[in-house]
Amino acid sequence: MPPVLGVAGTVAVWWGGTRVFGIRPLFLPAPPDIVAAFRAQPGYLLREAGATLTVTVAGFALAVVAGLLVAVTLTAWRTMERAALPVLVGLNSVPKVAVSPLLVVWLGFGSRPKIVLVLLICVFPIVVATMAGLTSTPAELGELGRSLSATGWQTYVKLRLPWALPQVFTGLKVAVSLAVIGAVVAEISQPGDGLGAVIVLSGMSFDTPLAFAAIALLALLSTTLFYLVVALERLLVPWSRAISG
Amino acid sequence: MIRLAGVSRTFTSRDGDVEALRDVALEIAESQFVAVVGRSGCGKSTLLRLIAGLLAPTGGAVTIDGAPVSRPRPDVVLMHQLPALLPWRTALGNVMLPVEIRRLPRAEYRARAADLLDAVGLTGFHQRHPYELSGGMQQRVALCRALIQRPRVLLMDEPFSALDALTREELATQLQAMHMSAPATTVFVTHSIPEAVLLADRVVVLSSRPGQVRRVVDVHLPRPRSFGHNAYTAQAAECAAELHELL
Ligand SMILES: Nc1ncnc2c1ncn2[C@@H]1O[C@H](COP(=O)(O)OP(=O)(O)O)[C@@H](O)[C@H]1O
Ligand SMILES: [Mg+2]
Repeated sequence: MPPVLGVAGTVAVWWGGTRVFGIRPLFLPAPPDIVAAFRAQPGYLLREAGATLTVTVAGFALAVVAGLLVAVTLTAWRTMERAALPVLVGLNSVPKVAVSPLLVVWLGFGSRPKIVLVLLICVFPIVVATMAGLTSTPAELGELGRSLSATGWQTYVKLRLPWALPQVFTGLKVAVSLAVIGAVVAEISQPGDGLGAVIVLSGMSFDTPLAFAAIALLALLSTTLFYLVVALERLLVPWSRAISG
Repeated sequence: MIRLAGVSRTFTSRDGDVEALRDVALEIAESQFVAVVGRSGCGKSTLLRLIAGLLAPTGGAVTIDGAPVSRPRPDVVLMHQLPALLPWRTALGNVMLPVEIRRLPRAEYRARAADLLDAVGLTGFHQRHPYELSGGMQQRVALCRALIQRPRVLLMDEPFSALDALTREELATQLQAMHMSAPATTVFVTHSIPEAVLLADRVVVLSSRPGQVRRVVDVHLPRPRSFGHNAYTAQAAECAAELHELL
């Protein structure tokens, strides 16, 4: 109940504010203006939302696979980890928006450069969180494995990997929000479809309610994806909340 | 069968060397229950880890049945103060971990795991996860995990010290019963003199820094013993007083 009240309260304050201060819809549309903008062309907006969703999910899925593989590879060999970490940090410090046009040059128009941008934006938190999880096995569990003469593989699969899962999910929750941002950045900076493109077009025609409708859809999309990851976490790592209190 | 001959262990660290154990000589016969007492930091854990093959001596030799201990052996099990359970496994799943890692026949050991859990009073909790269990229950699960592979040598490092007094007594009494029905050679580190007197055939008193054997006290009380009043209270008190004197 409190979450619903929080959202409803925020919308009410916003609505009241636009009324009381007589703000024009061009600057800040009231909730009904936005609903009207959506109802004027629901098919168009949903189609664009679908395009954004596809790019987001595809990029996120690739980032999960790539991120886990990179983290597992790096933590398997200590020297590798120490060699690769500065390279990773360096790569991550490059603003991803800056490579967006280059991706078009390399990959052409369409959804491929967008998916790759999403991947680039959200892979890093997955790598970092997974590596942190894999290297945080408590000493007593390490000793337990050693005293049972567990093989390296057994230690990895039965102790280190499950121990890392709660932290992997922390990374996934950060990454899924970044994935939506990545998709919109790609759609704004590369020509084509998606809610990012809708925002660019509505800005050019001063159709602020339409831009807000697109933004509202993005928020909805982002929230839904986030809670899907949370639901998956509760399903796969039920002990995570129990041990973190 | 466990023999420590002139065993020393020195740790080298940046701030200089720490001599944890010096010239420890000890022989522990098959199925004997030996308690080790001493002030904290006197090398009790180090002693157990040397016998477990998790640590190599810097001097002397540790042998089991005449064979030098150079790595962890399947018939030697070490149990810690912390239960160190896997939070994603149930009580039963945790007890089965050694079976899986050592690739023993699962079906057969599953029944044994269930029996062990029942024996320590965890009937009805087999499918619970560690976070659903109290500290005492978690340590019982750890005890079952230690016993599942029928170790010939059981090394226990202050296994009950994180528990409340009543739970400790209960677990110690259970441990005595288990030792009487299926005796493993046991080395039991404790801070509690009553616990040592209840459980041990012999009590090894270590001196502090470096750890050396100060005295080995034999406990000649008939079993089963109990913490409560029985015919041997006077003898038990005498033994406890002697140990107190030595510490
Ligand atoms: N891995 C280690 N590195 C350095 N010093 C250690 C290590 N393990 C134990 N020591 C030192 O050895 C001494 C004995 O430790 P320990 O065997 O744990 O004592 P106890 O279990 O009797 O409290 C302590 O002074 C401790 O600081
Ligand atoms: Mg200790």
